Amino acid sequence: MSERLVEQSPAGREGVDSAAVQRRTDGASPRRRGVASWGDPRGRRLGGWAFVLHRVTGLGILIYLFLHLAVLSLLARGPSAWDDFVSIALSPFFLFFDVVLIFGLLAHGLNGIRVTLVGFGLVVDRQKAMFVALMVLGAIILIVAALRIFEVG
Amino acid sequence: MTDVMDPGFDTHSTEAPGRPFRFRVFRYKQGDRAPHFEEFSLHVAEDTTVLDALTAIRNRLDPTLVLRHSCFHASCGTCGLRVNDREAMACVTKVVDLKSPVIKVEPIANQALVADLVTDMVDFYARFNAIGRAFVQAVAGPPDAATPEGVGHYSRFENCIECGLCLSACPIVASDPRYLGPAALAAAWRAVEEPRGLDPNAILQLTDDEQGSWRCHAAFECSEACPANVDPAGAIMLLRQRQVGEQLRSMLGGRRR
Repeated sequence: MSERLVEQSPAGREGVDSAAVQRRTDGASPRRRGVASWGDPRGRRLGGWAFVLHRVTGLGILIYLFLHLAVLSLLARGPSAWDDFVSIALSPFFLFFDVVLIFGLLAHGLNGIRVTLVGFGLVVDRQKAMFVALMVLGAIILIVAALRIFEVG
Repeated sequence: MTDVMDPGFDTHSTEAPGRPFRFRVFRYKQGDRAPHFEEFSLHVAEDTTVLDALTAIRNRLDPTLVLRHSCFHASCGTCGLRVNDREAMACVTKVVDLKSPVIKVEPIANQALVADLVTDMVDFYARFNAIGRAFVQAVAGPPDAATPEGVGHYSRFENCIECGLCLSACPIVASDPRYLGPAALAAAWRAVEEPRGLDPNAILQLTDDEQGSWRCHAAFECSEACPANVDPAGAIMLLRQRQVGEQLRSMLGGRRR
């Protein structure tokens, strides 16, 4: 529990409970499930899946950002370096990763709308329906995008 | 008489000897190097609950099994467990409804372990006190009672039975010991809605914290796990709404209410 919250709370200030808690739980450490449990699919419900999807796609987009910057730095090495990269980028294998990227952006961005609304206390009781609706919308956009990407390829 | 290794366990159902199930029960005693699972096979009737089965295991197969229960009707919050990887009140979870021949029973997660299926609830109870709301509450009025001035309707946050299932289900509590957690935040919102002598502003400011309402990442597992329809996730979001409103108000030069 947050130390700040304990310190500031009336109970914490008076030392009624926090000291006792400390004493009682020091011996046996909590069976905390840890960050690894985020990847555990067992017992997970829709909101939990949305939570996991948001974290995975968020990390993916962060990694992509750095890859993107690395690729852009090729421009500094002149036109031939860039053109060489573009020819690789148009291979079907590479285009597949474009589709993966778009999946990540759509999932994260659209769920981000849901998380933002819910975070402001809006449509909280419709969060599941909102997730399903946004993901259906995302799937449609993803299919259209994938078709267009491979048309170009 | 009943074979000890394969007891014909029957409840009030007429369908004895019932169906065979394998119970994989979490075992741990103070001083053990690590917990392990022990399997018990038990015949259960259609109406047998997980708690019935566990008490049968304790009474007939292994008296050293430590478990905790009281009311048998999901109002005391004592027998909250993880059953087949989901949080459940053992007393109102029928074995046959789990639709699995193997029933895995564990104590709730993210809490200190006492023994077998029993966790130390002191940390959980202290979370309520941390928001300045006494854990032990006066009896609430009857449902048809008139609401006090300024309260539109009675909401169900009072229904928290302090079972700890929400803390067990929350992925953030699982990864961060400093997070105040769903139950106490739901209680905080309840106190803001109906202060009963507490200062709602103090509670709003106290929980307007990195480890308070803002630590929640909207997985909604707490509200799914809650056996008393408290909807802690919904309460956390309403807390945030009020906190954002108060922040905007003070930014625009207005006074906090």
